[in-house]
Amino acid sequence: MSAAPWWASEDLWRKWAIWITAFMAVVLIFLTFDSVAKITAGSDRVPGYDVINKRIYYVFNAERNMQEPVIGADAPLFGKMLSAEEAEDLVTLGKLTVQAKNCMNCHTLLGNGAYYAPDLTKAWLDQGWGAESVREQLMVTFLMDPTANARTYGTGRRMPQLGITEPEARGVVAFLKWMSSIDTNGFPKGFKPIQQEAMK
Amino acid sequence: MTIGTFDTSNLNVGQKVAVKYFTVALVLFVAQILFGLLAGIQFIAPDFLYNVLDFNVNRMVHINAMIVWMLFGFIGSVYWLVEDESGVPLVGAKLANLNFWIFTIAVAVVVVVYLFVQIGPGTHSSIWLINEGREYIEAPRWADIGITVCVLIFFYNVAATFMKGKWSGISGVLVFDLVALAGLYVVGMFFTPNISMDQYWWWWVIHLWVEATWEVLVGCIMAWGLMKTLGARRKIVTTWLYIEVALMFGSGILGLGHHYFWIGTPEYWFSIGGFFSALEPIPLVAMVVHAVYDSGVHRFRNGNHPALAWLIAHAFGNFFGAGVWGFMHTLPQINLYTHGTQWTASHGHLAFFGAYATIIIAVMYIAVQRWRGGVWMSGDMPGNGWKWKWSFGLLNVGVLGMTMALLIAGYEQSFVERALEGSTWGGYFAGQTQPWFIQGMEWRMVFGWVTAAGIALLVWDLATIGRGETRTAIDPEAEQRQALATA
Repeated sequence: MSAAPWWASEDLWRKWAIWITAFMAVVLIFLTFDSVAKITAGSDRVPGYDVINKRIYYVFNAERNMQEPVIGADAPLFGKMLSAEEAEDLVTLGKLTVQAKNCMNCHTLLGNGAYYAPDLTKAWLDQGWGAESVREQLMVTFLMDPTANARTYGTGRRMPQLGITEPEARGVVAFLKWMSSIDTNGFPKGFKPIQQEAMK
Repeated sequence: MTIGTFDTSNLNVGQKVAVKYFTVALVLFVAQILFGLLAGIQFIAPDFLYNVLDFNVNRMVHINAMIVWMLFGFIGSVYWLVEDESGVPLVGAKLANLNFWIFTIAVAVVVVVYLFVQIGPGTHSSIWLINEGREYIEAPRWADIGITVCVLIFFYNVAATFMKGKWSGISGVLVFDLVALAGLYVVGMFFTPNISMDQYWWWWVIHLWVEATWEVLVGCIMAWGLMKTLGARRKIVTTWLYIEVALMFGSGILGLGHHYFWIGTPEYWFSIGGFFSALEPIPLVAMVVHAVYDSGVHRFRNGNHPALAWLIAHAFGNFFGAGVWGFMHTLPQINLYTHGTQWTASHGHLAFFGAYATIIIAVMYIAVQRWRGGVWMSGDMPGNGWKWKWSFGLLNVGVLGMTMALLIAGYEQSFVERALEGSTWGGYFAGQTQPWFIQGMEWRMVFGWVTAAGIALLVWDLATIGRGETRTAIDPEAEQRQALATA
């Protein structure tokens, strides 16, 4: 049997495999340093947790050709302005609750999770809560007793009883409000937000 | 050596460990299907087991059982080939056995907690003890640490055995890949309130496992499997393996970017993720060409018909499930509409089955053949081998059927919910109540039952194939050696 041509040699491809893998890994590490800085809470794309003290709008930016969150005037959650630390504690409680109650195996967050229940990325801004004035309380009431307050929109799918306490429910609402302020590059597409007070 | 009965004296030490892993893998495979059926029923009858065994629990067990059975299948496959490939007995056999039992008991405890405790209060202790609540890596933190230790012990067994014996191209790639596989799992083990940061690292684990290190691992198993079943030449399979590694890591590492379109990460990921993930199918094409070409060169003369059939199913399943189905919605312009819809479920079903379930089943057939003393498993099996042929058909048709049903539901969901209704909750439910969506869920259920029938038959076949057989198998490797010696 004749020897393999140079382009099919084992040795050549071993070298390629090593160099390509190493190169791509190094590029990924560099990009990771950049991305991590840009998604740290308090950056332009991912606001600090005290954004829950503000009104959050979702508006179309013609230059980027996509919708983006815009942070407006004061609109404290549950009527109370929080310090940066208090806000972080509340969002942390919310995130812990979202994980401990396994929300992600029915819902999607930032589009990731399961598809049995609606996406939560912009849940805070959803029209389903009716009026802005009652939204917070409606969300807390719903989370604490989802069976009695079920809204299935004709699917028959109800959220189960997860034993969510009032502080946990408030934490989840804070987490959802904060999450809605993340710049998700226009996802979800064409979202129609709840009617809010005019931008100031 | 005894022929026709399961006799562990037919196996080397590594293989004895391997069959234990395969047995648990098979049990978890059955669990995956059962909980998948429960979750599928809940889409059609939402009151079914409401507040008892809710969708989130069933779905979590469905996907976790899958991850763990595949991990057990891979570990089993590596233990299976390690002595053969290194030429020496397994190093640390006692530790390997102990490790197996610890790993299995830990998995059982996690599942019991999933089913009977399910959820906890919003505290760190819930995440440490009950459920981490992050898709695919829900295992509580104590189990994360346990899994890492178990994988490191496994790594020690494998690396130490190769170091004592001989190295080959396959083992070199394999050991390197296992380092990456264990290391990547660790980057997901932390809590942060920042969901963008959480998902950034979460994808390092999920993507770099299933779209990079797992793919290379199955590349190694495939290379070894083609030598075993067809007698393919080592030089050829090794060269192909290097090509696959170069293409797989070359496209897959930065292909990670297709998960960074919408989680808060910068816009440059559109170009990087879109470009590299569009290249991701290329190594999968290479694997198809390689498997089919080798089979043709050897005129399909092989010692294990079911295993070769599953290896070919792997080559095509990987290409279509991971490659084509992934590519269909990987570009950001399309993904904006399809991300987080049943498209993903469609892709997930075909890709995990096609890329991973298939090849593990192939190695299981290789294992039972040897376990029964190297019995005949080519043509002219008793009953014309109807059990393996039917289970092969039912499993493939079942998964393909579910994939198509979910794809139609996904198309409908992205049109109605996203394009027409503006992605609100109202839009979501408008999509979910559309008759075509509901029909998609019903057809998925039908094909779910087909899949379940396939797995039942597969378990039966693996337990009985070759029983009472007196003929020994064709050994294509030995035939090749003889042919070369004569030439």
